[in-house]
Amino acid sequence: MANLIALAAGLLFGSGLALSGLNDPARVRGFLDIRGNWDPTLVFVMMGAVAVMMLAWAMQRRARAPLAASLFDLPSTTKIDAKLAVGALLFGTGWGIGGLCPGPAIADLAVRPANAILFVASMLAGMALHRLTTR
Amino acid sequence: MTTLFPNAMPLAGLAGGALIGLAAAIMLLGLGRIAGVSGLLARATGIADSGAPRGIAIAFILGLPLGAWLMTLAGHGSSVTFPAAAWPLLLGGVLVGYGTRLGSGCTSGHGVCGLARLSPRSAVATALFMLAGFATATMLHPVLP
Repeated sequence: MANLIALAAGLLFGSGLALSGLNDPARVRGFLDIRGNWDPTLVFVMMGAVAVMMLAWAMQRRARAPLAASLFDLPSTTKIDAKLAVGALLFGTGWGIGGLCPGPAIADLAVRPANAILFVASMLAGMALHRLTTR
Repeated sequence: MTTLFPNAMPLAGLAGGALIGLAAAIMLLGLGRIAGVSGLLARATGIADSGAPRGIAIAFILGLPLGAWLMTLAGHGSSVTFPAAAWPLLLGGVLVGYGTRLGSGCTSGHGVCGLARLSPRSAVATALFMLAGFATATMLHPVLP
């Protein structure tokens, strides 16, 4: 049951990425490159997503447990440290170069497989490199 | 809007964003988890040993291309234009993979879920990755294929 719910959530997430154009590297770069014909579409994507999610957090605060799990397992870290800052800066740099973040890259495996696989494979290599160098 | 910003698609952006928010809301209220794609991907592939149950991570990650495929099949998928060379994908991918693990999140976990939770940690992460993204895409524009 939990796996089916996760599959449905992933499916909705992926459909939203394709509808909004967040999976289009050219559009993402058109947003991140502030010169020329700046494309504000991503501002609308974030507004839509954050608005729905704010409602969800308001419901979460009143709920004792999730509908299909025994407890809420949520990040409790509040630390703002160098790891967070350097990680976010490296991620943003890669986002600006490739025009993709993790969700859209995986979603594009179904839309432009030959191109998306290059990004996804090197993204997994980057993740593995982090794991190998931090222990 | 369309005369001032010829490339903008505000309605598709809002609707697609709402679908993304709904997906994250289902993960939160249904399974008690954050829909953070980088964390779930690391978990699904076995790169991370802790986090969501493996089955949940794999199911969510498989749903992403399936959803994008269905939306495209339904005729509402965005146009998708990749860089004309491989190196931005290869270099960008490594930076995104390493950076999201080091910084514990990406656009979905910090950007959508964390910002909506009013988490200062996620707000700082989001501000920094946006800043780096704007600076990189704007400054490298002349050399990026």
